[in-house]
Amino acid sequence: MTAALARFAGTRIFWPIVLLVVLLVINLIAFPGFFTITIKNGHLFGSLIDILRNGAPTLIIAVGMTLVIATRGIDLSVGAVCAISGAVAAAIILGSPDPGNPGVVAVAVAVSLGISLVLGVWNGFLVAVLGIQPIIATLILMTAGRGIAMLITEGQIITVNSAPFKTLGSGSLFGLPVSVIIAAVIFAFAALITRRSALGLLIESVGINPEASRQAGVRSRGLLFTVYAFCALSAGIAGLILTSNQTAADANNTGLFIELDAILAVVIGGTSLAGGRYSLAGTLVGALVIQTLVTTVYTVGIPPIATMVFKAAVVTAVCLLQSPATNAAFARWRRSLSIRAGKGAAAS
Amino acid sequence: MSSVQTHTPPTPGSASAAGTPNAAVRAAGRIRDTLRSPKYGPVLVTASLLILVFIVGGTRYRGFFSAQVIVNLFVDNAYLLVLAVGMTFVILTGGIDLSVGAVLALSGIITASLLQAGWAPGVVIPLILVLTSVLGLLVGLMVHVFKVQPFIATLAAMFLARGLCYVISKDSISITDPVFVALAQARIPLGGRVSMTWSVVIAIVVVIVAVIVLQYSRLGRTVYAIGGSEQSGVLMGLPVARTKVLVYVISGFCAGLSGILYTFYTLSGYSLTAIGTELDAIAAVVIGGTLLTGGYGFVLGSVLGVLVLGVIQTIITFEGTLSSWWTRIFIGALLLVFIILQKVLTARRR
Repeated sequence: MTAALARFAGTRIFWPIVLLVVLLVINLIAFPGFFTITIKNGHLFGSLIDILRNGAPTLIIAVGMTLVIATRGIDLSVGAVCAISGAVAAAIILGSPDPGNPGVVAVAVAVSLGISLVLGVWNGFLVAVLGIQPIIATLILMTAGRGIAMLITEGQIITVNSAPFKTLGSGSLFGLPVSVIIAAVIFAFAALITRRSALGLLIESVGINPEASRQAGVRSRGLLFTVYAFCALSAGIAGLILTSNQTAADANNTGLFIELDAILAVVIGGTSLAGGRYSLAGTLVGALVIQTLVTTVYTVGIPPIATMVFKAAVVTAVCLLQSPATNAAFARWRRSLSIRAGKGAAAS
Repeated sequence: MSSVQTHTPPTPGSASAAGTPNAAVRAAGRIRDTLRSPKYGPVLVTASLLILVFIVGGTRYRGFFSAQVIVNLFVDNAYLLVLAVGMTFVILTGGIDLSVGAVLALSGIITASLLQAGWAPGVVIPLILVLTSVLGLLVGLMVHVFKVQPFIATLAAMFLARGLCYVISKDSISITDPVFVALAQARIPLGGRVSMTWSVVIAIVVVIVAVIVLQYSRLGRTVYAIGGSEQSGVLMGLPVARTKVLVYVISGFCAGLSGILYTFYTLSGYSLTAIGTELDAIAAVVIGGTLLTGGYGFVLGSVLGVLVLGVIQTIITFEGTLSSWWTRIFIGALLLVFIILQKVLTARRR
C-alpha cells in the first residue's frame, strides 16, 4: 500500500493532483455546498458542473496543445484561430436569411472548422516543411490572425441569435452541458487514437529526437502536419463554443490569452515543453486546476481582479516544485533525514 | 564570416593590379557574402526595406517626406525602441521575454498612482526602475537556477504584472503632477519647425549604451557566446550564470523605463494598456535580423525593425481608409518574410 503510494508520489501527475485537491478543499471550507449537484428540469447544476463547463474550451485546446508540445513544438496561434473560427461561423449565420435553421448552423460550423484545419495545415507547413521554430512559426498567425478575424467581422462585434448555434455553448444533452460532452469526446478520441495505437509513441519519438526518428523511418513531416492541424481544429471547436456561449463573435476578445491557459494546463500536467513524453491525463488535471483556481477566487471572496496574480503564484509554485533543482534538494533533505535517523539509532 | 576566407586567395600578380576585373569580382563576391551572412544579411535587407517603404510612402502621400514625420517616428515609438533593446539582449541568449508588455503597463500604473498620491517624480522614476529590475531578476533566477523554460517563467511574470495592474487600479489614472507633465510635454527644437521630446533622447541614449555594451564589453561578448552555444560558454569559463540572469534584469529595466516613456506619451496609467506589445517588440527584433535561436543580431537592427513597424503604422494613418487591423496583418506578413529569409540565409551557411 505505502509502496504504491510512494510510487504515485513519484509520478509527474502527483503534484497537480495534490494542487487540485487542495483547491477543492479550500472551496469546500469556504462554501460547504460546493460539492452539491442538483437536478433541475433534467439538467445538472452545481459548482463542479460550472467548473467543467467553463473549463471545456481550455481543455479542448489543451488536448491539441499536448500533442503539439509532445513533438517539441508549441502553438501560440490557437487564440487567434478561436477568434477566426467564431467570426466565420457568426458571419455565415448572420448572412443567411434563416439564422435559426439547423442546416445553416451545420454549414457554418463545417466551414469554420474547415478554415481552422487549413490554418493548422499552414502552421504545420511552416514547421515541418520550412523548418521554422514552432514558437515563431505560430507567432505569425497569432499576430496576423486577430487582424484576419477583424477583417471578417469588419471590426464589429457580431451578435448571433440562433437557437441551434446557442446549443453548442449553453445547451445540454443527457443533463450534461454540450460543451462538456464535446470536450469529453475530443479527449477520449485523442487518448484512444494516440495510446491504443503506435501514434502516441511516434509523436513522442519525434519530440525526443526528430533526426533519429526520421532515420528510424518515422514520417515526422506528416506527423507534424497532423498534430498542428489537430491543434488548430480543436482551437476552432473551442472558438465556436466560446462564441456560442457569448452569443457574439468578438475578434479582439474571443479566446484572448487562451493559448497561455492551454500551455499552462499542459505544463501543470507535467508534460515538458522540451518535448517527448506527454500525459493527456495530466493535461486534464491541469485544465481543471486552472478553472478551479478561477472558481476558487470567486468562492473565497478574493476580488476577481486578483485572479491573474493567483495564476502567477500557482504557475510559479508548480514550475518550482517540478524543477530539477527542487527535486535534488528534496532528495538531499530525505537523505540527511535518513542519516540523522541512522545516527540516532546507533547512539541508543 | 568564414566564407570570406574560403575564397581562393588571389595570385600575387592580380593583387598588385588594382581595378582589374579580378578585384571587381572579389568586391562583388564580398558584397554577396555580406548579404548572405546570417550576421549582416537580414539587417541590410531590413534597411533596404525601410528605405523602400519610405519611398513608397513619400511618392503616394503629400507631406510624407517631411522631417517632422521622421522625427515623429521616434517620438511615437520611443517606448517600443527601449522595449526592443531589452528584448534583443534576451533573444540574443536564445531566451524570450513575454512579460514586457505587462511590465510596461505595471510600470505606468504604479507611476500614475504614486504621482497621484503626491510622490515626487524624482523618487518615483528610480523606484519603478528598481522594482521592474527586481522582477526581471526573479525571472532570471527562475530561468537559471530552477531551469524553468524562459517561455513559462516570463509567462508567470506576465500574469503577475498584469494581475498587479488590476489590483492597483481598474480605472485609468491620469497624471497631473506639474513636473512630470512638463517633462513629458517639453519639446526640444531641432531647427526649422521640427521638434522632439525627451523620451526620444532617453530612447537614443538607451540604444547607444546597449550598442556599446553588446559590441565592446565583456558582458556583450558573453551574451553572444551564450546564444551561440551555452555549453561552450560554460566550458570556456565565461560567467554564463550571471549573464543569463542579467539579461532578464536588463529586459525588466528596459520594460520599466519603457513604461515611463509610455506614460510620458499618454500621461495616464491604465491596466489594459500595451496588451500584445510584447509581440510587437519580438516582431521588431526578428524583423531587425536577430536570430531567435540566439547568437546573431544587433541592437541597431532592432531599431530598424521598430522603425519599419512605425513607418507601416504611419502609412496606414496617411492612407486614412485602411483600418488599424491591417497593421497586424502587415506585421504578420513581414514577420513571415523575414523568418523565411533568415531560414534561407542560415541554411546556406550550415
